[in-house]
Amino acid sequence: MVYSEKVIDHYENPRNVGSLDKDADNVGTGIVGAPECGDVMKLQIQVEDGVIKDAKFKTFGCGSAIASSSLATEWLKGRTIEEATEIRNVDIVEELALPPVKIHCSVLAEDAIKQALADYQKKQEEKS
Amino acid sequence: MTHNHPETLVYLDYQATTPVDPQVLDAMLPYYRKHFGNAASRNHAFGWDAEKAVEHAREVLAQGIGTTSRSLVFTSGSTESNNLAILGVARMYQPKGRHLITCATEHKAVLDPMQYLVKEGWELTTLGVNSKGHLDLEELRAAIRDDTVLVSIMHGNNEIGTLHPIAEIGAICREKNVLFHTDATQTLGKEAIDVEAMHIDLLSASAHKLYGPKGCGFLYVRRRNPRVRIEPILHGGGHERGMRSGTLNVPGIVGFGKALELCLQNREEEQRKVAALRDRLQQQLMDKLSHVHINGDPEHRLACNLNLSFEFVEGESMLMGMHGIAVSSGSACTSASLEPSYVLRALGVGDELAHSSIRFSVGRFTTADEIDHAAALTISTVKKLREMSPLYEMAMEGIDLSNVQWSGH
Repeated sequence: MVYSEKVIDHYENPRNVGSLDKDADNVGTGIVGAPECGDVMKLQIQVEDGVIKDAKFKTFGCGSAIASSSLATEWLKGRTIEEATEIRNVDIVEELALPPVKIHCSVLAEDAIKQALADYQKKQEEKS
Repeated sequence: MTHNHPETLVYLDYQATTPVDPQVLDAMLPYYRKHFGNAASRNHAFGWDAEKAVEHAREVLAQGIGTTSRSLVFTSGSTESNNLAILGVARMYQPKGRHLITCATEHKAVLDPMQYLVKEGWELTTLGVNSKGHLDLEELRAAIRDDTVLVSIMHGNNEIGTLHPIAEIGAICREKNVLFHTDATQTLGKEAIDVEAMHIDLLSASAHKLYGPKGCGFLYVRRRNPRVRIEPILHGGGHERGMRSGTLNVPGIVGFGKALELCLQNREEEQRKVAALRDRLQQQLMDKLSHVHINGDPEHRLACNLNLSFEFVEGESMLMGMHGIAVSSGSACTSASLEPSYVLRALGVGDELAHSSIRFSVGRFTTADEIDHAAALTISTVKKLREMSPLYEMAMEGIDLSNVQWSGH
């Protein structure tokens, strides 16, 4: 696979690798994909005053899956919950110049964002 | 888009292809320059020289598998040889029956022509294998029917290196009076082959796997006890006694002969050296990393082959990290089909481990320094990716990954 320099950069220097406390009230976690499909993404956000203060990821998958989730955490940081919902997989495809066979990696990243946001919102509803 | 240009390149993909040995190239060059004649030109010296060189190579190659030169048909490589064997036998022996037997781990160049025949109404039995890649010989025996025309079982597997007991399979086929074809692409020049002792009726081989040129192969077709007849798939000038028309690739054939000659000069010694390098790599990787699995049969495998699954990391991402190390992966992301390796699936290796598999294959020009460099880079890449892997994290927390409800996609 011939990748863009941006994919290689995210692969070589992944941003925000790690984990947040999944049990914390202000942390939302999304885990998408399956090992037998060859990719699993875990994406977490930490929210303070409606703003995503921190985002972390861990990904099992090909270079473009790693790059897509790394880029997603970069984009999430500093956004409000509202703004975070606006991230689309096509934006990731464009930014990373993903080849057509790798578009599903960007879809997975969008799904992970949505799941993390939903998890956070569910926790907030349960709290109130 | 960009390609990385790493400083150190290490070739560990000898099962994909091999470099041409300098001695082979030296033997070939005169047949591009001075002796460029068409081996079928019977009326001048250019043709005679070419024919003489072809017949010398044919003799060397035939002796290498324990037969006589008139049993070999030159082809463009093993894919053509396999097609010619399967389609050629099927078309010729159709009156006897329309049933074929093969094995799930065969190369696509065997499976696809078989599937092609299935579309024409043939019946196919595909034998399964155990976790080491071996088929059950009793199952093979039981699968042979009165209308079975051909059994095709490879000698050594290209992905996992498992060696099939060809002599025993040949004996069963002989006893049952059914033709036996073997794809020996991975074993010619490496493992001992004797078509008489092993009761092989048809055998495919290719020059580029044994330090010869690409684009040149042969099909052995038994001439007596029994005399095997095949219907050609290429029609034209009637070359190769009508079995394969087309101007002979004289330099390629010369190179093929020289390549096998070099392999057989010290076959056992070279195989021992290759196995020692393979073992060195295996040991370093398995000593320094946990959760590494050998795919295939650690005992009965090709000396060059090492197929490993590194749990919790995906194959393509490993290749990206192993700058300059040329290897193959069974991961879907590295295949044109976007499916993980069907060979590993046939072994019962789960898809998640197939995605995590890397095939290393060493050869004549591999050095111990290259092995050490490749091992170190593999180890650091696996460690880096495991730190990034949610599966590794979960496993370390004691979560049984097989019990997790995955969302899929």
